[in-house]
Amino acid sequence: MSGVNDLALKIATVNGTGSASANGLLMQSIFRMGIPVTGKNVFPSNIQGLPTWYEIRVSGEGWTARSPEYDLVVAMNPATYARDIAEVQPGGWVLHDSSWPLARELRREDVTFLGVPLARMGSEHFHGSRTLILMKNVGYVGALAALLEVDRDVVRSLLEERFGEKKRALLDANFKAFDLGFEFAREHFEPPLPIRLSPMDATRDSVLIDGNTAAAIGCLYAGATVASWYPITPSTSLVQAFEAYANRYRKDPETGKLRVAVIQAEDELAAAGMAIGAGWMGARSFTSTSGAGISLMSEFIGLAYYTEIPVVFFDIQRVGPSTGMPTRTQQGDILMVAYASHGDTKHIALFPADPKECFELAVAAFDLAERFQTPVFVVSDLDIGMNDWVVPRFEWDDGYRPDRGKVLTAGELEAGAVFHRYEDVDGDGIPWRTLPGVHPRGAFFTRGSGHDRYARYTEDAGPYTDVVDRLTRKHATAAAHVPAPVVARRPGASLGLVTIGGCDAACREAVHHLAERGVPLDYMRIRAFPFGDEVGAFLLEHPTNFIVEQNRDAQLHHLLLVETAVTRDRLASVRRYGGLPLSAVHVVDDVLGLLRESGGNGHGAAVAGAGSAAGTASGARGPNGGGGGGRAGGPGGEARRGRGAGPSRSAGRGDGGGS
Amino acid sequence: MTHIEKPRVHHPALEQNELGLTRRDYEGRMSTLCAGCGHDSVTAAIIETFWKLSVPPHRVAKLSGIGCSAKTPTYFVKEAHGFNAVHGRMPSLVTGGNAANRDLVYIGISGDGDSLSIGLGQLCHAIRRNVDMLYVLENNGVYGLTKGQFSASADVGSVAKTGEVNRQRPIDPVLLALSLGASFVARGFSGDKAQLVPILEAGLRHRGLALVDVISPCVTFNDHEGSTKSYRYTREHEVEAVEADFVPLRRELTAEYEAGDVREVAMHDGSVVRFRKVPAHYDPTDRDAAYAYVRGRQEAGEVPTGLLHLDPTGQDMHRALGTVETPLVDLPFEALCPGRDKLAEILAAFR
Repeated sequence: MSGVNDLALKIATVNGTGSASANGLLMQSIFRMGIPVTGKNVFPSNIQGLPTWYEIRVSGEGWTARSPEYDLVVAMNPATYARDIAEVQPGGWVLHDSSWPLARELRREDVTFLGVPLARMGSEHFHGSRTLILMKNVGYVGALAALLEVDRDVVRSLLEERFGEKKRALLDANFKAFDLGFEFAREHFEPPLPIRLSPMDATRDSVLIDGNTAAAIGCLYAGATVASWYPITPSTSLVQAFEAYANRYRKDPETGKLRVAVIQAEDELAAAGMAIGAGWMGARSFTSTSGAGISLMSEFIGLAYYTEIPVVFFDIQRVGPSTGMPTRTQQGDILMVAYASHGDTKHIALFPADPKECFELAVAAFDLAERFQTPVFVVSDLDIGMNDWVVPRFEWDDGYRPDRGKVLTAGELEAGAVFHRYEDVDGDGIPWRTLPGVHPRGAFFTRGSGHDRYARYTEDAGPYTDVVDRLTRKHATAAAHVPAPVVARRPGASLGLVTIGGCDAACREAVHHLAERGVPLDYMRIRAFPFGDEVGAFLLEHPTNFIVEQNRDAQLHHLLLVETAVTRDRLASVRRYGGLPLSAVHVVDDVLGLLRESGGNGHGAAVAGAGSAAGTASGARGPNGGGGGGRAGGPGGEARRGRGAGPSRSAGRGDGGGS
Repeated sequence: MTHIEKPRVHHPALEQNELGLTRRDYEGRMSTLCAGCGHDSVTAAIIETFWKLSVPPHRVAKLSGIGCSAKTPTYFVKEAHGFNAVHGRMPSLVTGGNAANRDLVYIGISGDGDSLSIGLGQLCHAIRRNVDMLYVLENNGVYGLTKGQFSASADVGSVAKTGEVNRQRPIDPVLLALSLGASFVARGFSGDKAQLVPILEAGLRHRGLALVDVISPCVTFNDHEGSTKSYRYTREHEVEAVEADFVPLRRELTAEYEAGDVREVAMHDGSVVRFRKVPAHYDPTDRDAAYAYVRGRQEAGEVPTGLLHLDPTGQDMHRALGTVETPLVDLPFEALCPGRDKLAEILAAFR
């Protein structure tokens, strides 16, 4: 259970009040104390006035997934008092503003209430409503600092870095507010609490960074010169960060002009078109969007695929369908990016698990796009993209040079190189390309309409299939060049657990806990599509593979069935898709639940026996719905449900509320 | 098939331009459009334009969307890179292409369906950005490839071949462009090559987006009695609002006109547009005046043509983006990647 350097906090505030800055201060202070920490911002699609939460998990062991088992809740928003207080673990604490009495019905006997009169103290020491609200937030950070033993000097130096001498008044006000909370807690409670911090040396080589910023740095380092975009949460900060870095690191020292073009487009269609136009010219170009944007870009994605133009798409997934929940996370775009656009299309997609991989896979994406002359998707999500993660420092090898792929130079064309744009000269499915403006002999017509290997228009079956069949071979070739899955085998494991992207942290932690509970699992995290041989081999090694993902329809599960040789009986599905980052406890519960249902004791054969025909649901709470898509669980998003055409064994749920 | 190979025959007596190239060197493949299609006349004017301006063929990027108009880039400058994109989205491809390589000569061919319906947004925003390109809108009032539906440029009362009468008000690309602040707005008629070529020349040399709306009748679906985009209607109603000559830089000025008749406007590169017969109260460099003039002539039932508005200051998209003069595609990787030491500097902010 929780204790020293092992705790979870939830801070409930109102958005637009400056609480994000106060929460960031707390999180960064813990990071500076050398302790592994994770922060999750659960915010509304709104600018001011709606409930917002910030979760901090401290794990001396280094687990970075979200934990919904809150030891302490800071209840600063009366509108959500009831649910916030209800979520504290028995034996935990509720820190609240005691300037006004807390309603009797909100009291719980099994938790300790720590009242700090933040509003009253603020009004005694500060003036102006805005300052007062801001200082109230820093005040609870002060109280928490006393209760949890956050290093006061660390907080002080962070505030100094943030405000500096130029904003002396603000610095003083912040520190005063911090001290008010700190001193009050020290006088009125008996700090520290049993859940507390103790300095470590575990973050020296780490950075605290979000995935969108990391991806932007990747684009900067990969040499991207054209970025086109349309604002959409949660991807907006990616291009904005890129633009900020470009303004700093891509400025011609003599003229002050930029070695980059960042264009805010009129919509996602135009953003895609611009990136493709630039890729056609030979620039490294990208666009960044979320699922709704990919939907709009789909026609252009097919064009880039069929005309074989390198371009990178960042998809920072959020909850769909439609507008969905723009400020919640999900992995609902896996199937869409794999096959985006009409007709036969297949793409390369990379799935970073954390900000460090956002940086690395951004660079890899440009190399793959040019090597394979095709769109490449970097599929991140809101949790990775917008939350701050503690990850190892990024590394850069100055020997890196972009892989520009097969591009004929002016010299080669002048020397008489034979050039047919879509001819498979080397037998790998990848043709040679030329860039506009380079040489008259390189000219050809790029077209989204039917074309033959010579880039000529065609409506004939033979020349048409010749090209699209080569595109299939090209995609297959890519499987050996995309990032391999990360595999961790465990002694005695007979079953496998497979996941993708941001579920990694929760799954690694779950695999650890499951082993402790006598269920050792081999682990594989998929990093790319098309799947390399290792992916299929891993699945075939294990009679049962738990496929863990964050979408309702088991998209990764289905993609594996379609794109590898694995059969349905070897796969079981674990899904959470209510919009919050995955937790280890979810995975442990669902895996154990599936094992129990199958009457298994952790041995694969027993689990595999549970699966029957497609459409049979196995919900933990209810009888299964039989064939044909009956509902297995109870009503509401909490229920586990089976699906008509879904995985034969599955545990899926919307993780509504805090769990 | 959308083209037929054209035999390459060079007669030694063919006239050559500054690059030693003949008009034939600027041709493309044989057109497969209907005999008499206005678009083929526009193609001929484009070939003449590129030849006269001695543009190196391989330095041209020619793009189009979807529709009959979209086929035409195949029919000129075969040594140029071409791009036949998706419907209505040619402007964004040019925008990205131009952002990456500002040194090429960009020509986009579109139609009234491609530009005024499905692609209206992209046209407007390309104008706003002032992307450096010649934007030729081959305007015939109908969807030809899908056999004769009205387009958004069809006039109220115009009769389709099926007898249907259009009741919706048209979108006029000239007025639209003027209201959006376009830096170069012209209207031509495919049946008047002598007028069209100087407009295209000036448009190609203009730095920024040059919109040239060309009334280009569809002989198959919109050239009948009752159509307001037919050859006959256009000939009867066209009024050349202003005559323009284009005098490229380096070419000797020949004084053919009496002083007073001519208004000369210098372009960003020193080329000159020479306006003749400018009506009273009309200044082609004054956008508001141009708008009022065009609107007034249209109210009178005329189709005013000519180079209607020109803002020669030459501040295109790159000016707004603040990009370097060197095309981005030509920058060496060393000039783009900050390197290992700078990464440490960047990451120091995340401690």
